[in-house]
Amino acid sequence: MSEHTIRVLVAKPGLDGHDRGAKVVARALRDAGMEVIYTGLRQTPEMIAEAALQEDVDVVGLSILSGAHMALAPRIMELLKANGQDQVKVFMGGIIPDEDMPRLKAMGITGIYGPGASTEEIVKEIREATKS
Amino acid sequence: MSLTQQVLKGDRLALSRLLTLVENNSPEGRAALAELFSHTGKAHLIGVTGSPGTGKSSLVNQLVLQYRKMDQKKVAVIAVDPSSPFTGGAVLGDRVRMRDLSGDDGVFIRSMASRGSVGGIAQTTAALAQVFDAAGYEIIIIETVGAGQSEVEIARLAHTTLVVEAPGLGDDIQAIKAGILEIADVLVINKADRPGVEHTERALRSSLELARPVSRVYHHGQAMTVKAHKPPPNTWIPPINKTIATDGSGIAKVIESIANHMQYLRTSGEWNARERARLRSETEALVRDTLMTQFLKGLPEGAFESALERVFSHSLSPIEAAQFLAQTERPQTPRATKEQP
Repeated sequence: MSEHTIRVLVAKPGLDGHDRGAKVVARALRDAGMEVIYTGLRQTPEMIAEAALQEDVDVVGLSILSGAHMALAPRIMELLKANGQDQVKVFMGGIIPDEDMPRLKAMGITGIYGPGASTEEIVKEIREATKS
Repeated sequence: MSLTQQVLKGDRLALSRLLTLVENNSPEGRAALAELFSHTGKAHLIGVTGSPGTGKSSLVNQLVLQYRKMDQKKVAVIAVDPSSPFTGGAVLGDRVRMRDLSGDDGVFIRSMASRGSVGGIAQTTAALAQVFDAAGYEIIIIETVGAGQSEVEIARLAHTTLVVEAPGLGDDIQAIKAGILEIADVLVINKADRPGVEHTERALRSSLELARPVSRVYHHGQAMTVKAHKPPPNTWIPPINKTIATDGSGIAKVIESIANHMQYLRTSGEWNARERARLRSETEALVRDTLMTQFLKGLPEGAFESALERVFSHSLSPIEAAQFLAQTERPQTPRATKEQP
């Protein structure tokens, strides 16, 4: 395969058990020809960073509906950097209040999606962000 | 420091990057493989195959936990899941069952999409195993796609192949079909707390006995002694292990069976035979690729495409096309002498 296949880690950090969104996105990315590594519920930031490292992903997709994003996201970004994976693009979905968005973006989160976001848009923006 | 040197020194990020290069069959990846080859040949490759839903991933999870508890060997897992034949995309979900393994630096799990291969593993799975081998992982567990009966590629790659069954998945005719049971070095009946487990065990045992006659048979429920040919000394009879992967029951026995099989491979000379066969088929495949590339380069511009067009229009058969192309090959300048490594 000459063309680089985009590899995405889809993970749900934190304690809420609502994984439907993550599954819908995983499925959409698969249908867009990407390889999605799905890790399931209740992942710690450490588990996510470790999986991202082992799988050498281009993108990490986080789904958080618990409201703990301001605690989880910085830790994940920090661990990715500590592992030398600064180039990994992080996307986030879930219930994220508007006022948190600027701070998350400033942390280096590439895209944030709320309820009703279209999967086409997510696919398009992941493709754009991983273009080298 | 080059990527391969970093890998040999145990850098996990470098290892991960190299795995990607090798998986994508990139020139850098191939060069690194060549460089690392002299460091390979030490690992025990264990294949895990079986139908979907038999609990392969959960079993792998438990096997790794047990190996780590026992003797601190470094363990790598290559988990293969299918690619979509339509979009090329994939959802690789084996990690979901392996969450107990996170946080352990002696374990490295890599998910892999089958990318169009049909034998249950991807084309570059063997190459990935080589990288792990060179990086000092002593146990390498390869979990196949799990599509069932035709997954025999894994037996060519692994030293020891585990076939995982579960109660309620088919009768004894399934068990005597050629294919998946034939490749088993160790049989595992997982989900052994489910009803029907005796049934599955009996079906497996009797299919094994069809291949190797035994002296005690059951006829209408009665044990009878019959004359049987003694198996030649030093034959391996696949043991049947019962496990419950969700709570770890029976795992120690599986590990023991794997160790016994290893012992058998070493003492019977089978280890060498398998290694030689594996390296032979790998080399042959590479020679084929190389010759094909050379051959295509040697053809006049467009000759291959125009022959193909005639095949598409059914005016030339593929066999004739191949013969025709072989004859039209440009007279080669004396083959470029390749540098001896």
